[in-house]
Amino acid sequence: MSEMQLTMGESKGKILSSSEAKDNINKEKVKGIIFQILCVIAALFGIVSLGALLMYVIYEAAGWLDWQFISSSPSRFAEKAGVLPPLVGSAFVIALVAVFSLPLGVGSAIYLEEYSKKSHLRRFIEINIANLAGVPSIVYGLLGLGLFVSTFNLPHGIVLVGAFTLTLRVLPIVIVSSQEAIKAVPDLQRHASLGLGATKWQMIRTVVLPEAMPGVLTGTIIALANAMGETAPLIMIGAATTMFTPPHGIMSSFSALPLQIYAWSDFPQSEFQHGVTPAAIVVLLVIILSLNGIAIYARNKFYQRKRQK
Amino acid sequence: MIELDQSIVRQEEATAKEVELESVIDVKDLSFYYGQTQALYNIDMKIYKNRVTSIIGPSGCGKSTMLRCFNRMNDLIEGTRVEGQILLNNKNIYEKDIDPVRLRRHIGMVFQQPNPFPKSIFDNVAYGPRMFGTHNREKLQEITEISLKKAALWDEVKDRLHKSALSLSGGQQQRLCIARAIAVEPEVILMDEPASALDPIATTFIEDLIDELKKNYTVVIVTHNMQQAGRVGDYTAFFLNGYMEEFDTTEKLFLNPASKKTADYISGRFG
Repeated sequence: MSEMQLTMGESKGKILSSSEAKDNINKEKVKGIIFQILCVIAALFGIVSLGALLMYVIYEAAGWLDWQFISSSPSRFAEKAGVLPPLVGSAFVIALVAVFSLPLGVGSAIYLEEYSKKSHLRRFIEINIANLAGVPSIVYGLLGLGLFVSTFNLPHGIVLVGAFTLTLRVLPIVIVSSQEAIKAVPDLQRHASLGLGATKWQMIRTVVLPEAMPGVLTGTIIALANAMGETAPLIMIGAATTMFTPPHGIMSSFSALPLQIYAWSDFPQSEFQHGVTPAAIVVLLVIILSLNGIAIYARNKFYQRKRQK
Repeated sequence: MIELDQSIVRQEEATAKEVELESVIDVKDLSFYYGQTQALYNIDMKIYKNRVTSIIGPSGCGKSTMLRCFNRMNDLIEGTRVEGQILLNNKNIYEKDIDPVRLRRHIGMVFQQPNPFPKSIFDNVAYGPRMFGTHNREKLQEITEISLKKAALWDEVKDRLHKSALSLSGGQQQRLCIARAIAVEPEVILMDEPASALDPIATTFIEDLIDELKKNYTVVIVTHNMQQAGRVGDYTAFFLNGYMEEFDTTEKLFLNPASKKTADYISGRFG
């Protein structure tokens, strides 16, 4: 400290140029630049890997990914193979997951944030939800198998069982993101509503839900994108790796894109290894990335609108 | 000296007249607890009809807690407890058969921070009536116009009723919140430091408005600004450390306080 004061005292009244000063600033600045470069490398590592993966997959898929591929059924001839049945299967299952998980997730979140008191029960539920979010997905597959197939005697590998199982898988994410969205609604708004003589239900319906909905939907869409890529739980509940017709109802057997990709990746022919499989991966990635894109776009749009107000 | 004597005589006459006033709210031996911590001790006070009552005191003296007892907003905080009575038109509002939701339709509240809903100006004012089951568009428009006029905001917003309330300035937002409270036709309006987040000009607007409002409503206002209490309050209660130190007409309390502590506080010796 005293040394520093001394230096400050000496240079009082004149600022030396960088070349003639004998302090440590230049050395420290070099260290700073090195540190900055290391951080940039760390940041680029992920992006470059993802970019390389995407480029490789798209390169391999080129020439295979066309309308014929989207609109045909799988085949043992690479030229005729297509992804229609698993594509429809995935879309069908995910749509049902959305229908199931939104009311369950938002309902739980509203209960936890608006109704439950600070009790042991609430702590217990919250800890369990946090734990559930960390359970490996294959365990959800076992749970789905044990619960829906063995206990409720639903058939193996049907759309409904797949949707139930994936709902269990995404529910913790939907609940936690809904809770965050509900917590973000300012208490001032709640008090304004209650102070006017609104009932709790009226307050939740007219103030909390409209304000929280964009956040809830963003979280739900991201959870659905996660569910879209799930493979292990679907294998556990006996979903088919390959189906030749799209599912026509909630009780029919189905296959999903990740399962079909898994099946094709096992084929020995090079056309499957380096053409059909990458093409299916591109289809899956496009869907997942667009879902995430929609979620990010919706969130930005919402916050922009809020700011403009 | 003679002038002062005369003013005191006038005050006493005024006080004598005011005693005849009808009280809307009668607080009897009220104590309030946040868990184990007692925040209010044995409060007795009256809120007179069509008068403005100010509650003043230093931070943490319990004045906001007192205000939120009147419409039972404290019920929203877990672990709070009330002893004693608050009589609204001779009925204890802490009786078991009183629903706080119904109570709040009689006693409106305006908060410290302007808190309009992120909805249109019209939807903000129509919020309360809609919650009570009025959905007729013309009726709602009529209520909105009357309420905004009473809150001295109509001329500024009549051309943009369907714009977002968040596009208004802070002072306008606070008057909108007053209009929103008026729209449900309460008897009493509680205001928790309604001007503390506003600039001086907006504050003047709010104070003039409070003066207007007492023609139709009874107003209770919490403020840490003594000048404000002096300007708007007919009655003033001085709270200190959870006790009500003094309660009297504003003139009496400011010019001739009975308590040494009140005198010290209003002369700025602490607080």
